Amino acid sequence: MLGQVITILWKDIQTELRTKEVITSVLVFALLVLVIFVFAFGIGESPVNEVTPGILWAALTFGGILGGNRIFAVEKENSRLEGLMLCPVDRAVIYWGKLAGNFVFMLFVAAVVTPVFLALFNLPLFLPALPPVILLAVAGFAAAGTLFAAVAINTRARDIMLPLLFLPVAVPVIVAAVEATGLVLAGRPWGEMLIWLQIMAAFDIIYLVASTLVFEFVIEE
Amino acid sequence: MRNGKSAVRDSFLWGLGLLLMLAALYMVFAYVPTEKNTGIVQRIFYFHVPLAWVSFLAFFITFIFSILYLGKRAVKWDALAHASAEVGVIFTTLVLITGPIWAKPVWGIWWTWDARLTTSLVLWLIYLAYLLVRGLTAEPERGARFSAVIGIVGFIDVPIVFLTVNLWRTQHPTTIVFEGGLTAPMLATLLVCVTAFTVLYALLTWQSARLKTLEAEFRRLTMMQTEKEE
Repeated sequence: MLGQVITILWKDIQTELRTKEVITSVLVFALLVLVIFVFAFGIGESPVNEVTPGILWAALTFGGILGGNRIFAVEKENSRLEGLMLCPVDRAVIYWGKLAGNFVFMLFVAAVVTPVFLALFNLPLFLPALPPVILLAVAGFAAAGTLFAAVAINTRARDIMLPLLFLPVAVPVIVAAVEATGLVLAGRPWGEMLIWLQIMAAFDIIYLVASTLVFEFVIEE
Repeated sequence: MRNGKSAVRDSFLWGLGLLLMLAALYMVFAYVPTEKNTGIVQRIFYFHVPLAWVSFLAFFITFIFSILYLGKRAVKWDALAHASAEVGVIFTTLVLITGPIWAKPVWGIWWTWDARLTTSLVLWLIYLAYLLVRGLTAEPERGARFSAVIGIVGFIDVPIVFLTVNLWRTQHPTTIVFEGGLTAPMLATLLVCVTAFTVLYALLTWQSARLKTLEAEFRRLTMMQTEKEE
């Protein structure tokens, strides 16, 4: 099982490494969102405030949607999804493989965008409490996003369908990630952000289980 | 298929719905006394609360029938899930309209990000996407599958959204919530209204699901006919 998942993940990583199309465009887009939001809120020189953590998560959410749209779009070309479905593996393995790809991809985007964000706002670059927040939020984004991306790619609206499906469902993760990041930036102790980490962990588990169960109904032909 | 018996049953059910609705209107506008703190505007409560209750019920029914559809693949389960979601979205829209109309004179604000309001808004957005997915999928069978998946994973989000928004708001300025005990006539009016709207929901859903089942049947027959001709 795990070997099969890793094979699909490795296939996606190799394809992306050869073209570097998606990763570059998503990174540039996420950085643009950061910059545009600074202008939109007119907060150039002001110290960290209520809006600041939201800017990071707006950039990661929109970047994630852009990348999520590609996760199955590449499989649509040359009937690659059919090829993948012909493989003698469980449908859940395909979900976990694509999910792993989505997760690694978004983690990479977050790993680049977050330091830039911290630097732009003159915040300390080393914040040990931030990685767990990002890890849990990105896992939630990937869990729900991979399922909805598989739905969206088969509708006529395609690119616009993913945000319409994903954003309302992801509300708990976005709220929890923004609140937890706000606490981290304010230098609050771990205890205060625990509840937000728990909410994200609960969301992650619920959506991983539910998506694993229903994924076969999305890609069956 | 419709026959004499089901036509009689239908007329009876619609008649019952009409009677209940008239009784509800009479009780809201004539019978129940005006609430003394907030005044006449409080009467919208008798529409707002039943609408909210019915929309949650509707999405729960969609959830159940979505699971049944994915398990059994019978068109009628999908038709019921779809019809229930449609009625649910209409009722949630009305909740989101009657809420601010009530809130403005009482709280002085149209909107506040409290758990119930925010959850209703998020639910409304999730089920709008549910209806959109179906409309934007080429084959009806595939649209039914996709929306069943959304009907399931969308509904399990509701408790998480409610919990999260509740925690989120307690960290910020708290809102003033209407806290008044219900007197016996108020409770009676509310119960009649809840019954009337639940019956209305059931009738609309049933009617719409039957129409959708017939449409699917019509599509199937037309396809068979085209295949024969070819």
